[in-house]
Amino acid sequence: MAFAPSDEPVALKILVAGGFGVGKTTLVGAISEIRPLRTEEVLSDRGVGVDDLDGVEAKTTTTVAMDFGRITIREGLVVYLFGTPGQERFWFMWDELSYGALGAVVLADTRRLTDCFPSIDYFEQRGTPFIVAVNCFDGAERYEPDDVRIALDLDPEIPVMLCDVRRRASAKVVLVTLVEHALKTLTATQR
Amino acid sequence: MTRKEWLDDDAGPVVRPFALIGGRARSSGDDLDLIALITTTGVSPRDRADITPEQATILELAADTASVADIASDLNLALGVVRVLLGDLQDQGLVRVRPPAQVAPLPSARILKEVINGLRAL
Repeated sequence: MAFAPSDEPVALKILVAGGFGVGKTTLVGAISEIRPLRTEEVLSDRGVGVDDLDGVEAKTTTTVAMDFGRITIREGLVVYLFGTPGQERFWFMWDELSYGALGAVVLADTRRLTDCFPSIDYFEQRGTPFIVAVNCFDGAERYEPDDVRIALDLDPEIPVMLCDVRRRASAKVVLVTLVEHALKTLTATQR
Repeated sequence: MTRKEWLDDDAGPVVRPFALIGGRARSSGDDLDLIALITTTGVSPRDRADITPEQATILELAADTASVADIASDLNLALGVVRVLLGDLQDQGLVRVRPPAQVAPLPSARILKEVINGLRAL
């Protein structure tokens, strides 16, 4: 495989997924500068009953605000972090976000473990390398990573770890674990 | 009260997004990835009147390479609008688009190791 010349700029994309309110934006903010991004999306049937369209029935698009983070590794090598929208009705944005992604961090909250099932299914089906990071909320009972692995029925090679998304050092370990896992997956497929 | 106070973010854009792109919703920029990298080609527009003020700003941002997401964030414009503007610039040969590394080709192990070391050093 030919190396790209070192002066060619490279951008990599990492996704941060998980249920609503699990700490995705906090994780991105702990390790990178957060930037706002506006997207205009076609309203789908998913919004029925959620988006009140009374009086604006002709409205077919809605503005979805999302955040992303940027980490400059060196000049010409930048890692972008995108939080996937937590609400189910924004699922249509996932395909665009996950296209070309290096890997994904699935954040889990042990009090609402089922919230991360859809994310895990999605990345398993797409073959996107992912890890599961259990955000340790204050007051939530602590579980061992292996208990979480069994509860989520994960393959043994998928890393499961505990983290505190508010702490930069912890966020760093999460990202390093993911990129190491992606590297392992890449090396395995090239063999 | 100054005029500016009437024109805060809550008031929405003074120029509606569709007006910036001539009412079109489709362009050659539709499929641009969020982290596709945009770089100016060095070609100058034949006529300054051919490009909009927003496109002029894009050319300034892309002089030093910028991603689609960065450009949309800097311009505070919706992604769809920015894609149309970028598609036009690409059609005019003013910018070059580099797809994300994972798409073509795959990032090399060397780059991933560099990322791991870079993250550790943060």
